[in-house]
Amino acid sequence: MDEQYKITVNAQETPVIEPGYTFGTVTEKISAIVLTRPASNGWFVGFGLAFMLTMMMLYAIGYLFVKGIGIWGVTIPIGWGFAIVNFVWWIGIGHAGTLISAILLLLRQSWRNSINRFAEAMTLFAVACAGIFPAIHVGRPWLAYWLFPYPSTMGVWPQFRSPLIWDVFAVSTYATISALFWFIGLIPDLATLRDRAAHPATRMIYGMLSMGWRGSARHWHRYETAYLLLAGLATPLVLSVHTVVSFDFAVGIVPGWHTTIFPPYFVAGAIYSGFAMVLMLAIPIRKIYGLEDFITERHLQNSAKVMLATGLIVAYGYGIEAFMGWYSGDRYDAFTLWNRLHGPYAVPYWSLLACNIFIPQVLWIRKLRTSPVALFFISGVILVGMWLERFIIVVVSLSRDFLTSSWGMYYPTRWDWMTYIGTIGMFLAAMFLFVRLLPMISIFEMRTLLPEAEVKE
Amino acid sequence: MKIEHQDGRAKREDVCPGSKGKLDLESVRAQIDRATSHDAGLAEKEKTGPEYWRSLEELARSADFQAALHREFPKGASEWVDSVSRRGFLKVMGASLGLAGMTACVRLPLEPIVPYVRQPEGVVPGRPMFYATAMTLGGYASPLLVESHLGRPTKIEGNDQHPASLGGTDIFAQASILGLYDPDRSQSVVSMGEERSWQSFLSAIRGPLTAQKALQGAGIRILTPTISSPTLADQLRGFLKIYPQAKWHAYEPVNRDNVLEGAKLAFGQPVETRYDFEKADVIVSLDADFLYAGFPGNVRYIRDFAKRRNPDGNMNRLYVVESTPTTTGAKADHRLPVRASFIETFARAMGGGVYPEDRGPLFPGPMMKDLESHGGSSVVIVGDYQPPAVHALAHALNAKFSNVGKTVFYTEPVDANPINQTDSIKDLLSDIHAGKVDLLVILGGNPAYDAPSDLDFAGVLKNGKIPLRVHLGLYQNETAELCQWHINQAHELEAWGDARAYDGTVSIIQPLIAPLYGGKSALEFVALLSGQADATGYDLVRAYWQKQHTSADFEAFWRKSLHDGWIEGTTYSTKSVSVKASNFPASSSAGSDPNAIELNIRRDPTIYDGQFSNNGWLQELPKPMTKLTWDNAVLIGPKMAERLQIKVEDVVELELNGKKVTGPVWIQAGHPDNSVTVTLGYGRRRAGRVGTAQGFDAYALRTSDAPWVATGLQIRKTGDTYKLASTQGYQSMDTPDGGHRPLVRETTLDEYRKEPNFAKEEGEEPAPGLTLYKPYPYKEEAYAWGMAIDLNSCVGCNNCMLACQSENNIAVVGKEQCVIGRHMHWIRVDAYYQGDRDNPRAFFQPVPCMQCENAPCEVVCPVGATNHSSEGLNDMVYNRCVGTRYCSNNCPYKVRRFNFLLFQDWETPQYKMMRNPDVSVRSRGVMEKCTYCVQRISEHRIDAETASVREGKEIKIKDSELQTACQQSCPAGAIVFGNINDPESRVSKLKAQSRNYSLLGELNTRPRTTYLAEVRNPNPDLKS
Repeated sequence: MDEQYKITVNAQETPVIEPGYTFGTVTEKISAIVLTRPASNGWFVGFGLAFMLTMMMLYAIGYLFVKGIGIWGVTIPIGWGFAIVNFVWWIGIGHAGTLISAILLLLRQSWRNSINRFAEAMTLFAVACAGIFPAIHVGRPWLAYWLFPYPSTMGVWPQFRSPLIWDVFAVSTYATISALFWFIGLIPDLATLRDRAAHPATRMIYGMLSMGWRGSARHWHRYETAYLLLAGLATPLVLSVHTVVSFDFAVGIVPGWHTTIFPPYFVAGAIYSGFAMVLMLAIPIRKIYGLEDFITERHLQNSAKVMLATGLIVAYGYGIEAFMGWYSGDRYDAFTLWNRLHGPYAVPYWSLLACNIFIPQVLWIRKLRTSPVALFFISGVILVGMWLERFIIVVVSLSRDFLTSSWGMYYPTRWDWMTYIGTIGMFLAAMFLFVRLLPMISIFEMRTLLPEAEVKE
Repeated sequence: MKIEHQDGRAKREDVCPGSKGKLDLESVRAQIDRATSHDAGLAEKEKTGPEYWRSLEELARSADFQAALHREFPKGASEWVDSVSRRGFLKVMGASLGLAGMTACVRLPLEPIVPYVRQPEGVVPGRPMFYATAMTLGGYASPLLVESHLGRPTKIEGNDQHPASLGGTDIFAQASILGLYDPDRSQSVVSMGEERSWQSFLSAIRGPLTAQKALQGAGIRILTPTISSPTLADQLRGFLKIYPQAKWHAYEPVNRDNVLEGAKLAFGQPVETRYDFEKADVIVSLDADFLYAGFPGNVRYIRDFAKRRNPDGNMNRLYVVESTPTTTGAKADHRLPVRASFIETFARAMGGGVYPEDRGPLFPGPMMKDLESHGGSSVVIVGDYQPPAVHALAHALNAKFSNVGKTVFYTEPVDANPINQTDSIKDLLSDIHAGKVDLLVILGGNPAYDAPSDLDFAGVLKNGKIPLRVHLGLYQNETAELCQWHINQAHELEAWGDARAYDGTVSIIQPLIAPLYGGKSALEFVALLSGQADATGYDLVRAYWQKQHTSADFEAFWRKSLHDGWIEGTTYSTKSVSVKASNFPASSSAGSDPNAIELNIRRDPTIYDGQFSNNGWLQELPKPMTKLTWDNAVLIGPKMAERLQIKVEDVVELELNGKKVTGPVWIQAGHPDNSVTVTLGYGRRRAGRVGTAQGFDAYALRTSDAPWVATGLQIRKTGDTYKLASTQGYQSMDTPDGGHRPLVRETTLDEYRKEPNFAKEEGEEPAPGLTLYKPYPYKEEAYAWGMAIDLNSCVGCNNCMLACQSENNIAVVGKEQCVIGRHMHWIRVDAYYQGDRDNPRAFFQPVPCMQCENAPCEVVCPVGATNHSSEGLNDMVYNRCVGTRYCSNNCPYKVRRFNFLLFQDWETPQYKMMRNPDVSVRSRGVMEKCTYCVQRISEHRIDAETASVREGKEIKIKDSELQTACQQSCPAGAIVFGNINDPESRVSKLKAQSRNYSLLGELNTRPRTTYLAEVRNPNPDLKS
């Protein structure tokens, strides 16, 4: 083991794992959640609710397929509504998982080890939720596959100048890499579960999933190489996916879309909301499953610091947008700024500023940064704020563009809400299943954090 | 429309397949035995079993099978057990009604009609034929050319050789094609709610007619709308000869009584006034909306007026004094919004009377000077809503300025029965109350709905005072419901007839299709009453004209008249009349209490008096000033709204002399204060599936004494609100932050002469080539299509929108969708207001697709469904479109329209017949937009290429030949389309003008559609 992996127990800093654990106790504690601990009533209630919301989403989508996109609130001029807002929001949330697992791995931030697994799961589920929207939001969803460059007998290809095509590549690559990364990281732990499982069926399922892992040095060697390579592949994706998503808007000529600041500002926003979601998941999970020793105050604090930093980048983005609206002298950009502050959507815009800029500034206070309850609520506020940001960008820009005669208003319908809330349900349902079926904290990586793991010369 | 589900539900039980009886094998065997045991001869005689059987059930003669035999349709297919949506109901009802009336796809009329332009040896499938005909509105004929595909009329054009059209049409003519195919039209003779045959009506009417014969017809009353048809008038007069005591009454809600009385007041006789706006330098309109559909001669007037709006030529000047904002007022160089009652004071001031000093700047002074200095080349025109005295004053003024014979002409009235229609219907009512009427024949129209409310015509029909009531009409409407007999009338596109245009020219109305539902025309109906039950419309019209044209060349005369669309020599010659008095009695409304609220009652801009209520195109056509669809509204001015604290869409109660009506408010910029405008035609109870129960019924406030202007209105807020569907988001070019967007660019004539390039200076267009993408490789010699729209000519009549809707099979979406903003018009006319809210300047801007050179839509389409063509069009490939709507988001002009739901009606057979076969019918989930009528371009390109091959040299499409639908029927000639590669084409010449500018040109979209900026010609002495 490298020097950097050493745990320095500092008097000032909370450790990333509480003292007193051994290889055995760590393994026992994490695998027990999956293997021996009975599912509580709370789990059933929570999963049941989330599952019902998923069903509601399926109903809403089914009705959408039968009737058409007109059941939503989208119209001319606001051709994109909740579907695109939610798509960008979910994709953004996914980013934290990749950042934690890939970038922090490359940066040797060992504190990530206890949160990377479920952050990656979160990424995967968020991308799944996000992926629903572009497919169903088109007018003829049964032809959505035309966006893929498949060799058609007609010799017709997609139109590669369109950012939506870039999106197709960006998002599908992202989903593939995230799934692979997550699964490869799971293999040693799946083998652990296989070895510890009592029931033959469980053993067989985990056995198949662990793909013959025996923990030999050769296995570990290959594993480390593959994992590092994937981390290397995933790292640029953290930057590229949301950059490409931001091109959907930046390439357009709509005032409020056509801005060069969008790529960095979207990436920062994505990480911002992603960490907020990580915290919103981690805080209740560590409480319920008694994992305070593994997901410590230090994790919470580090995440809060990341949020503070990315939040400031986002604030800078807003500032530049406003400045350019004024400085460019362009009458349409200037009006876009005015309209955000005073127009019919002023309330969402001011709420957005409050949620994304003003309220998160309390994270400068160390006490709040280490308080799980406070962090939970601040994260919630940030998630709402980031959703509003996408709403402002997508809907408000479209509602007031060039010709005053064509201005319009957007009113989401119940189907919009059902689909949106339904994806939250689907996300939560998947998380509920995940914590019960797979080790939500990486067992073997946690073990590397123990003093036992230190290689003695 | 409410649907009874109860019956359907009850029947569900017996159609359930589960109730099918069990097959009894024993009885089957017995049957087989019986059928086979007999020999052939015996079987012939006492055949008990079927020779061939389709199932064991049949063989066994099970009860189920017997039941099935007696059913027309299989079980489950004939019962309607589902509760259905309004839309689903529309579809299915339309289909079944349509099937009932239709036996074949091609229905050519039996009588020979003469094709107009191209007369091929035989019909060439796929090539349309054009026939000249006409339609009437308020008695006045609009000369038409109708495009017919294999016997199906599909598109209305104006007759470009007829002086009343010159190629233009109005919205009502365009929409008549939908009226023809309306599945809600009356489809049979109905008596007391039951369908009857024409024969049964014949036998039913014979008795009463014979009885009346003895009384010389003393109990017969015929009520007609305004009739200009010489043949029908002749027939009615013939009928009155047979029944000398019978009476012919005429009533139409939008009548011209004031015009008639005004003429009588001035000249002592009824005359028609005709104007020549091409020669008029100064026009003063006193509440006359002469640039909008419904005003007699408007199509020609718009053309003449627009010709004189060229700032490089001799531009005219228009003064409008009006009581409610109209498109004519919007085009005015000086507009004065006043209450309707003040217009008489104004007119008297013009005639030398006193202009009240408290009315602010002295408007008439400089205007009068202008009129005086243009003696012989000015016009004073008065609207139908103004009292007779104002009309008489205008006659006197026109005489004074020696306009008569130069710009103003008097002729015989076009109305064949020029009587005061309000008096006429009053007489009829008093006869009915006196018990003198035994048989009332209502020849079209809907008096039970639209007669003056104080007469209570519906009540009279209901209480049985008239023993026999017969109604001929296109719809089973409110009146049909109260008559014992309703006869379904044939549409004007399905029947023979004739009618006079505003100048008296007679057009023969040729049927384009045999009656879809077997209706009868008014001509045939009157012939029946006169004892010629078998006379066809063709015979009647021909016979009448044979009498008029007795020379031997009648056949040639007849053919020529049909071919040209009008009868030569029927145009009225001018009549010389002189104004008798100069001091006309004041009307009662003049000098009314200035504090009392006035009510203006007007015909609706799109559905007229209610006769077009069931026309979806017209219902969804935005009203030109408010851009409202599907509803009428209570229009009030901004000042009044502020004073009464009323907001848009607040529901108010209007009370006039005890009669109450509630309706939603629309605040209309430029509406005079202390005055309210409502429009007629809404609140129908029996209009059809489209029109029933839309809006509120303003007829309730309309009395015979005050049909257009009433005073003493009470207005109260009810506290409710009502959603109105306006298609325009914001009606100002000034943004709320105080900025201004130069969308319509305008200046005054003086400024224009000093600064002819003003339009280009307002928005800089970037230098060419500033784009990432390579320019399209156009060929020099190829066509490059472009369009120029002259905003100075455009009068905002909306005709282009309907022409486009008809040409391009554009769907109607309904009010709920319009509220959200999902209307489908490919070309729209934006109306903007600038300046003082109480008297703003108004602008119209037709916006089709700009066909940008650097099209923002093309770049973002992920599947390449919108592409640049080699001739510079932005083609839309419907089949490739997956519906991401990205193109629409990125279109700065927002001209793209999306099929959010299945907006097209794919089921109703009538609509299948109506559609243009050259244009695809779009389905759900597909984007659509203006294509510059690419089907017309292709058609002409094919013709040119064929001709090239035939002639052996290259022949190009001629500039005058190819027109887009909006261009062709534009009465103002404001839209010009053509090849911009040809420097000699009209469009190239227009684009070379200094007024030419690109809308949003600063975005570097390089639109192919450009605008010619607006120039107004205000009186330099009137700086206000």
